[in-house]
Amino acid sequence: MLVLIEQSLNGLQFGLLLFLLAAGLTLVFGIMDFVNLAHGSLYMMGAYFAATFVAWTNSFVLGILLALGATLLLGIALEFIALRHLYGRDHLDQVLATFGLILFFNDAVRLIWGPAGLSLPLPAWLTVPVQIVPGVFYPAYRLSIIAVALAVAALLYIVVMRTRIGMLIRAGASNREMIGALGINIKLLFTLVFGLGAALAGLAGLMQAPILTVQIGMGENILILAFVIIVIGGIGSIRGAFMAAIFVGMIDTLGRAFLPDLLRTVLSSAAASTAAPALSSMLIYLLMAIVLVVRPEGLFPAAKR
Amino acid sequence: MKKAFWLAGATILALAQPALAGDTIKIGFVSTFSGPTAVIGNDMRNSFELALDHLGRKMGGKPVEVIYEDDGQKPDVGKQKTEKLIQSDKVDFIAGYIWSNVLLASLKTAVDSKTFLISANAGPSQLAGDLCSPYVFSTSWQNDQTPQAVGTYMNQKGVKSVFLIGPNYAAGKDMLAGVKSTFKGQVVGEEYTVWPSQLDFSAELTKAKNSKAESIFVFYPGAAGVQFLNQYAQAGLKGQIPLYTAFTIDELSLPLQKENAIGVPGAQQWVNDLPFPENKKFVEDYRKKHPGLRPTFYGAQSYDAANLINSAVVAVKGDTSKKDEMKAEMEKANFKSVRGPFKYGNNHIPIQNFYLQDVVKDADGQLSLKTVATIVKDDQDRFHDKCPMKK
Repeated sequence: MLVLIEQSLNGLQFGLLLFLLAAGLTLVFGIMDFVNLAHGSLYMMGAYFAATFVAWTNSFVLGILLALGATLLLGIALEFIALRHLYGRDHLDQVLATFGLILFFNDAVRLIWGPAGLSLPLPAWLTVPVQIVPGVFYPAYRLSIIAVALAVAALLYIVVMRTRIGMLIRAGASNREMIGALGINIKLLFTLVFGLGAALAGLAGLMQAPILTVQIGMGENILILAFVIIVIGGIGSIRGAFMAAIFVGMIDTLGRAFLPDLLRTVLSSAAASTAAPALSSMLIYLLMAIVLVVRPEGLFPAAKR
Repeated sequence: MKKAFWLAGATILALAQPALAGDTIKIGFVSTFSGPTAVIGNDMRNSFELALDHLGRKMGGKPVEVIYEDDGQKPDVGKQKTEKLIQSDKVDFIAGYIWSNVLLASLKTAVDSKTFLISANAGPSQLAGDLCSPYVFSTSWQNDQTPQAVGTYMNQKGVKSVFLIGPNYAAGKDMLAGVKSTFKGQVVGEEYTVWPSQLDFSAELTKAKNSKAESIFVFYPGAAGVQFLNQYAQAGLKGQIPLYTAFTIDELSLPLQKENAIGVPGAQQWVNDLPFPENKKFVEDYRKKHPGLRPTFYGAQSYDAANLINSAVVAVKGDTSKKDEMKAEMEKANFKSVRGPFKYGNNHIPIQNFYLQDVVKDADGQLSLKTVATIVKDDQDRFHDKCPMKK
């Protein structure tokens, strides 16, 4: 029972981290209708900035705040220089251009920081395990990821669904010309939204950095999961991304945790331990396939435009 | 415009034209030069180049040409690159290979074309057993050997039970099997993770913690090893359940692992401080040529691979068509390995010592690996009986 609690927390934490990445992608891909494959690169840049700034300032919190600002600025600059010229173009052009950006960022990082990668050490107050219920200790840092991601989810929901600026974003996504004709500076608005998406990717990257390593190409594997989440949740829906991210995180973690033992009841021990990890990583894609068949719009599609 | 196009085409064709056979010794080198594990490939290339420098960039009086190819850590890509090197570049030797699954995918191409293949790292059990070949040599080990040494060391320390964690691919399975073959205590659990995409080991660490095992054995090469040690420390397991490793802590990952790596024992056939003159020269010159970097066991094995190839080429005075003579020469292991004692078993896998290594601060105040003891002497892999080649 206690094991189940702990594994569920693992799944929740992984899911919420995926949500941070998917939320930024939802803003850019789902709402602005721009296919940004370089979203994973911004995730990577967030981690690199954090590792650099934390080392410079010698303060974890300050370094992270600086890194967040830096990714926001980078996102805005990127949109201003390159991506705004692509909004009117075909999705295929956007895929091609942003794929080029992945290569650009990977080589830029190799040039600036070298090929070996960096580490982002945690401050002592985040490394101690916390007792959540008697007998269950959980890493403090993973708990803080859960807290931050939940706060971001709430904030994002309020901004997009309940504020004037959120209304403008949604309106601008549905009909650019109309909102422009109403006297709103839609270009600036989209630049800001893209910057926000970049900052969210950066946040996901820097939160992940102390758990994983900061390395070239770190965003590429995880970006696929973010796209899967968007497809499952429904394109353009923040709520959908949130629910789907938690589904995916839970399925992945609980699959890895309990599938080997389940399989051992029918298969030999050796076969079960080999088959289980492969099967559990397939489960997510299986879920995506089923969702696509049953509800092609996703589980929680955004309101009809 | 059209003229420029044809000119460019002609230039490419001229460049792609294989050098006339016999002028140069051609070596293909397949390793990972892109992606997260590119640092390993770089280290192998640095060390291979250093060996060529030490050899005057000539073997048997002929200049050496090396063609490096990137496998991207993918078996299918590695196979394609191997085919390209053998079929269109017509290399005399092919070397490298970090990953067991990449090597296994590429093996048949090399063996069918009777091109000598020197594995400078990967050592899948199949290669030592039923897939052994007269054309395949290793300058590393068979995968099981290093973890077997760790298992032996755990017996010496009186460890009663262990939980095993490793990646779900050829080498991961070999490694865990290696520990199980020598460890006398109880194996309470065994977890495989998706390789190389799984980066978060929280589910596995939770299971290890709840298994009440007395120790954990882990095998994660490259960046995954850094991640594992991070998460192990964050989960509060450090100091609670001691960790034992193979190939998880090396000179590439150590600068990232820092204090997480202290107190985690591992085994290796080569450590940077081994007191042999060849090794001192290798380590010193490497550090001189690449300031700020340290060679790793991957590099040491690549360095040995270059010297092994050289010994064969020298024996036939540069006539690489004399394959039988080259094979006979390589079987003698007639070169000075940086790891010291080195000879070949019937399956062309080295018979060698395995050392216990520990993490210490060295003279520069940096963390470094240090040889503590010899765990096993002249160890031969446990699959050599399955190899049809008998001495």
